[in-house]
Amino acid sequence: MIDSAPALELRGITKRFGDLVANDGIDFDVRRGEVHALLGENGAGKTTVMRIAYGLTQADAGEVRVEGQPRIIRSPRDAISAGIGMVTQHFALVGPMSVAENLALGRSRGLRLDLAAARRRAASASDRFGIRIDPSLRVANLSVGQQQRVEIVKALSRDCRVLILDEPTAVLVPDEVNALFATLRSLVADGLSIVFISHKLAEVRAISDRVSVLRRGKLVGTAAGSTDERELARMMVGRPTFGVERVADGAAPSAKPILRIRGLHVAGANDLPAISDVSADVCAGEILGVAGVSGNGQTELVEVLSGMRRPTSGSAAVSGTELAGADPGQVMRAGVGRIPEDRHASLIGDLSVAYNLVLERLDDFGNGGRIDERRIRAHAVELIRRFDIRAGPDDPVATLSGGNIQKVLLARVLSRDPRVIVVSQPTRGLDVGATEYVRSQLLERRADGAAILLVSEDLDELIALSDRLIVLYEGRIVGEMAVADADPEQLGMLMAGRGRAA
Amino acid sequence: MIFVIDLLAATLRNATPLVYGTVGETYAERSGVLNLGIEGTMYAGAFAGFATAWATGSLLLGLLAAIVVGLAAGAVMALMTVTFGANQHVSGIGLTIGLIGLSEFANRLIFAGGELQRIEPMPILNPFGGLGEISAVFDQYALTWIAFLLIVPAAWWLLQRSSFGLEIRAVGENPEAADAAGVNVARTRYLALMIGGALMAIGGAFFTLALLGSFTLDIIAGRGWVCVALVIFGRWRIGRGVIGALLFSLVFSLQFRLRILPGFGELPFELLLALPYLVVIGALALSGRNVAYPGAYLKPYRRT
Amino acid sequence: MRVSPWSTPLLIVYAILITFAITAGPILIAGANPIEAYGAFVVVPLTSQFTLLEILVSATPIMLTGAAVAVAFRAGYWNIGAEGQLLLGAIAAAGIGTLVGGLHPVIALPIMIVGGALGGAAWALAPALLRIRFGIDEVVTTLLLNPVALLLVNGLLHGPWRDPVTGFPESPRIAASAEFPTLIDRSRLHLGILLALIVVTVAWYVLARTAAGLRLRAAGLSPHGARFAGINVSRTLLGAALVSGAIAGIAGVSEVAGIQNRLTAGLSPGYGYTGIVVATLGTLTMPGVAIAAIFLGDLTVGASSAARSLGIPSQLGAVVQGVLLLTTVALLALRRNRARRPADGSAGSVTGDVAAEGTAG
Repeated sequence: MIDSAPALELRGITKRFGDLVANDGIDFDVRRGEVHALLGENGAGKTTVMRIAYGLTQADAGEVRVEGQPRIIRSPRDAISAGIGMVTQHFALVGPMSVAENLALGRSRGLRLDLAAARRRAASASDRFGIRIDPSLRVANLSVGQQQRVEIVKALSRDCRVLILDEPTAVLVPDEVNALFATLRSLVADGLSIVFISHKLAEVRAISDRVSVLRRGKLVGTAAGSTDERELARMMVGRPTFGVERVADGAAPSAKPILRIRGLHVAGANDLPAISDVSADVCAGEILGVAGVSGNGQTELVEVLSGMRRPTSGSAAVSGTELAGADPGQVMRAGVGRIPEDRHASLIGDLSVAYNLVLERLDDFGNGGRIDERRIRAHAVELIRRFDIRAGPDDPVATLSGGNIQKVLLARVLSRDPRVIVVSQPTRGLDVGATEYVRSQLLERRADGAAILLVSEDLDELIALSDRLIVLYEGRIVGEMAVADADPEQLGMLMAGRGRAA
Repeated sequence: MIFVIDLLAATLRNATPLVYGTVGETYAERSGVLNLGIEGTMYAGAFAGFATAWATGSLLLGLLAAIVVGLAAGAVMALMTVTFGANQHVSGIGLTIGLIGLSEFANRLIFAGGELQRIEPMPILNPFGGLGEISAVFDQYALTWIAFLLIVPAAWWLLQRSSFGLEIRAVGENPEAADAAGVNVARTRYLALMIGGALMAIGGAFFTLALLGSFTLDIIAGRGWVCVALVIFGRWRIGRGVIGALLFSLVFSLQFRLRILPGFGELPFELLLALPYLVVIGALALSGRNVAYPGAYLKPYRRT
Repeated sequence: MRVSPWSTPLLIVYAILITFAITAGPILIAGANPIEAYGAFVVVPLTSQFTLLEILVSATPIMLTGAAVAVAFRAGYWNIGAEGQLLLGAIAAAGIGTLVGGLHPVIALPIMIVGGALGGAAWALAPALLRIRFGIDEVVTTLLLNPVALLLVNGLLHGPWRDPVTGFPESPRIAASAEFPTLIDRSRLHLGILLALIVVTVAWYVLARTAAGLRLRAAGLSPHGARFAGINVSRTLLGAALVSGAIAGIAGVSEVAGIQNRLTAGLSPGYGYTGIVVATLGTLTMPGVAIAAIFLGDLTVGASSAARSLGIPSQLGAVVQGVLLLTTVALLALRRNRARRPADGSAGSVTGDVAAEGTAG
């Protein structure tokens, strides 16, 4: 009967962050030799519950059992000694150190630093599970996929029996996903237990023995891994279909390019170009979607168009006004509105909503240097109403929820009626309501004739919102198509650097 | 020739407190904490060492007292920045103000108004005494020998080659990763700050126990700040930091000797005294451009 | 999420009480009764007109250096060099003061004040440029320039400016028209306190009510966010650094023209560093700076009278300052930790700790 005790069992895990209940009495277990997926939308509480299991977050209530025994897990050190390993979404690796040093970190007895043992462990992981990694390399120089392998080897080298993977495929191209899945299969064959956190249905079905679905911090249910995709989707979002419906407005984009990008080059880290020879047009009333796995130049492209980064050569012009090398103020005066991926860093968290809403255009709200507090407030009250921001004008932005922070940014940008909108990951981490709101606002602007460049990692979003798509791979445009001609499989190939579309 | 030998001897001598301070500050900063308490820690080390040696007649006890004060100062800095997560700049300045005040307060209580008290400073050792003229370079205090032959290699080995050093570097670079690997981030930072504090205090005690044999107000005169600059100049490497200390000390020792040369005598010597500080700023301006700070520099670590 | 408006004043009161508890140790060692000692430090100076005015005299330079530090810190520029900038202002004032003998005070004083401000700003310029152009940490450069400024003062006093008659290391006395008038007969209270209050008021107005002030605060709270909103962060930092240096320079003018009437080696017993205590205790707001300066002035006057009456060395004042600084930043950090905000860029900064409340001044 020993085998019947789950390798890891969570009972009644509850965690609150202020008013937000991130986990509400969650029960979860993973058996020996099984992949158990934890499925849910962003913010459903998947990561939180597993951070609790790994000791990175402390639960307010609940119990963790390992092989039937209750364990108190206050830190990763406790989790490691209980045989639990975790690969977090942001890798827990020290970039300037070698792979061997990363493997050796935290396992010492006394002062001796045994890098030879670390190398042996890397070699044994390679032998047993085919995870190949050179222990002498500097972690910062590895690709994301390689870094993930280092993380897995690190957990295995601690003799973990339960391995938790948080959204492991988010940063991988399809080929790497296949390699990862092969590794995971050989691990479970060896008797390990794997918790696989994801929000992607197809992947969950491909790899899991069982699936538990979380919604808004609560466990909706646990089902077999072969459960129908529609059924899982229904459990995840609470309705049978999900995704985005394009507003059928019929209006075709004009053929008049507003934003013209020509031969753009941007230098990246390690002397490699972040962007090479990118040219594109965005017309009035058009949404140009930029697809690609993160880290293929999207961030740099958006930064150039936002005035936050200087390209090495090339041009990006809005109706003749050059943006390349312009500062953020000049970019805004050219009529560009910017909604970047890091919305927190793009506002001043400790300043009020009202101040943040006017920060881009202080000169419009003052006379002779003095700022007009009354008008700033009235302006804020008006935008809070128009954009349905759930906050007062005097609340510091940092106290708002992610959706409301995005609405503040949206209000600041859209209230100036920009002719060009550069927007990146507009709905990442937002709940369903806020997501729909943000998307409808973008479509409304499109209908009003704005030229929109939309960067997103969410293919459904891109396909639903865009008129045309370009695909970035290693800083180059490897594909361009009308959205009607796009199919996800082909897009996936292009994003993985396979082939080139006409 | 005598000028050069004398200059080299003085360079090693004057570099000694800077070597202790720079190595100590390197430990603090590699763990992710800027310790601006260094100036006060050196000052308190100088005073505690002197007062203890004066009271007990033992230089060794004086040195031990300085080490204890340094450990305590490092622990207070750790309490502020690691446990409370308080701002590192302000905490360090507060520590410096408090420690200088406390030293002067105690100085006043113990040596109230009397004439300047002296102790017999530590003797000069020269294991190379038989090498003729040039051996005068090695007429050095025991603390200088210890600094260059013991502390520097040991501190380098501990930081770069031991598992403890790996943990210090990891918590200073990426505490989340170190934590996830099972390293106790707070404990590691406490230890790094305390080891660093002890070294700083020894550097301060060098002035009273070796160089001067007495305690005077403003005895450190900004050398703690120089060490902070040398750490950046050395890009957080022990070896480069020591080279920086030697360069500073060379300029410092040189300007002293320039005064006796014709043409320099008319200049107020204070202007020459300022030269080494300006050289450090100049060196930073040339070599410190956009250097890579430790990843977690100035950032308190808290699990979310 | 709103914090009560009394939260910050209360926090400072706690910091003061904790500081008194900690410094009871040294007082006991000095053989005095702590309760009696705090009475002497805090209460006794408030009981006579002479000592009340002396409090304001002591508060004058540190109100100015406190304002200087607060302006820089609010911009996220770590100017730890107010001490050196003050000395440069003093040098400028002592030099100009001897040259304006023929002018009416209404002309002579502004020239000297502006000269001192320029001196302080000039001393702040190089670190600011090194920071903005090359990313060189201003903490280290501003710190290192403090001993250099002191050596410059001593070099002048032992060299060209040595008193030709007495041979003392003191510069020639400044012209009578360059001396700050005393405000109240038979006291040392001079024009400097008005100057300090004007500077604090203007700084308050600029920070709280103008676009430039809002830009400065935004740059200090989040340089990236400010730059993204089109604010020229480099120029803002440069401006804050120069204004900070200028205000510290005025503190030097005030000490030369109001107290010493010449440049002396002991002109500043660390007013620049005390400015950091004042700014932090005042939670980087201008009204706070004014109150904190007066409180520390009270302690300074109290410390010197307690030295006479109770035999507690007046150096205890510095101990109190240091401990007060530590307890204040510790409590600010603890308050912020308790608010359980996700760690953002401003975590651990005084600017962020203070602004967590949405303070506007």
